[in-house]
Amino acid sequence: MTLAIKVSGLVKHYESLVAVNNISFDVKEGEIFGFLGPNGAGKTTTIRMLTGLSRPTAGTIELLGLNINSDVKAKKLIGVVPEASNLYDDLTALENLFFMGKLYGVPKKERCKRAEALLELFRLQEKRNQLFGTLSRGMKRALTIAAALIHNPKILFLDEPTVGLDVMAARSLRKVIQELSYQGMTIFLTTHYLEEADMLCDRIAIIVKGEIITTGNPEDLKEMATKEQAMEFTVSNDASKLIEPLAALTGSRPILINSNTLRCIGATNDLLAHICKVVQEAGVKVIHINTVRPTLEDAFVRITGLSPTVMSAEKGGK
Amino acid sequence: MLDNLRGIWCIIAKDMKTYYLKPPAVSWGMVFPVTWTLAFYLRNPVDFKGLIPGLIAMTALFSTTAAEAVVINFELRLGTLERLLLAPINMAAILLGKILGGAIFGFIMSTIVAVTCALFLNFHVNWPSFFLILLPSLLAFSTMGSLLCLLVREVFEAQTLLNLPRFVMVFASGVVYPIEFMPRSLQIFAHFLPLTYAVKGFKSVSTIGTTSLPALHAAILLGFFTLFLFPAIKLLGKKFQ
Repeated sequence: MTLAIKVSGLVKHYESLVAVNNISFDVKEGEIFGFLGPNGAGKTTTIRMLTGLSRPTAGTIELLGLNINSDVKAKKLIGVVPEASNLYDDLTALENLFFMGKLYGVPKKERCKRAEALLELFRLQEKRNQLFGTLSRGMKRALTIAAALIHNPKILFLDEPTVGLDVMAARSLRKVIQELSYQGMTIFLTTHYLEEADMLCDRIAIIVKGEIITTGNPEDLKEMATKEQAMEFTVSNDASKLIEPLAALTGSRPILINSNTLRCIGATNDLLAHICKVVQEAGVKVIHINTVRPTLEDAFVRITGLSPTVMSAEKGGK
Repeated sequence: MLDNLRGIWCIIAKDMKTYYLKPPAVSWGMVFPVTWTLAFYLRNPVDFKGLIPGLIAMTALFSTTAAEAVVINFELRLGTLERLLLAPINMAAILLGKILGGAIFGFIMSTIVAVTCALFLNFHVNWPSFFLILLPSLLAFSTMGSLLCLLVREVFEAQTLLNLPRFVMVFASGVVYPIEFMPRSLQIFAHFLPLTYAVKGFKSVSTIGTTSLPALHAAILLGFFTLFLFPAIKLLGKKFQ
């Protein structure tokens, strides 16, 4: 299979800060490739380098065999959806699409046809003459993606595509992303939503502190966590006080599911007696113990050593 | 090359529609110089003709720079300028699109003022030579505005920074008070201001003209355009590092 994206030894320094540290990966044509990591991990810096917005300090990037920094043709092959929906507030939905089409040199007839098709795909036909600034957040996001598709790119870059959207809007966008993938488009997306990565991506790279820790398909990553058993404990009262003692016992920080339930990766049958002792010493009673199938979240915790809350907390304010 | 030219045209057309042909830009670019014109005309209608070249130059200055803070700083903040950079056009083409948008708006406004003066105030001008001065003036002013806007981040900072050279130039470039009657130090200072050459140029192509060559003023104004353009491209590039 042809490579859509080939990245070798990519480095980005901002003065003394190393934002991306020698990362390499390939994305095959037609694949949905997810870049998963907490805030400040280097996801957006990487996407900016891949799309030619920022020059790498070192390393090479090839998009379908073309160098993004030296070959202007490479820009015609890509569509980019930044984290913020950044079309023009004073232009209507249709005018924004036309403007982007013109900018990419799409002939007038084709531009009109494609704009109509995209408005239909994103269910925005009725909003065609509405100013972008007056659209809802979900519609703005959808139109920003539509604008990135007006020139029919081969590769689509999506930076946190569903951030800030309500459940329905996010679900509908994910469906469109999947449809685009079925049509053969290569999709590179960054996300901090573990379920989103699990649901959409053919392969995932986990990036932490500018370095790729691992790459694989979601099943492989979950498999890494499956090697060690996971258990869910429901206790009589505040389960959070068990986090530290159980982390010390199992070597992995338990995930607080709710105030009474903890998921503990690495809690094997051999450790069960010790776990019960720790629970008893904390003055709580065990109500249920279940062995569970690890999720991508478990895999993420196991692989990165980070708490999954770093992923949910980071973009909350945005 | 073709991609860049198309990009420049798209940016000009979009900026004209979304920024320049809207009330704030029209009022700042037009109302301000017209108010000044009326004020001087009502004060002394007999000697007013001598002020027309300076007022046309001032209209060119204020109209080209009327919306640049919005066109550049506001778009940088919204991320729409970044979107342009993702398209198959280079940094210089994006900046030229922005500069030419301002210049075209300035062209419309200055021409309206000049034609009005010619029709109603008996202002005689050699029109080909007039445009020989007007076009490089617009390029120089618009590029100067872009450069200043790129030195700061926020729209209000850019507006403040733009006002400084605009008002200094109005008083030191011979728009109202002839440079020849200024103190020696101000006369030297005036030579470093592009508006000085626009005023001199418009005077030289009108009947109240000086003996200086319009082509020389046009060349100096083009020199200012080049002088402002390259650092502006560099500064725009730095914004995306």
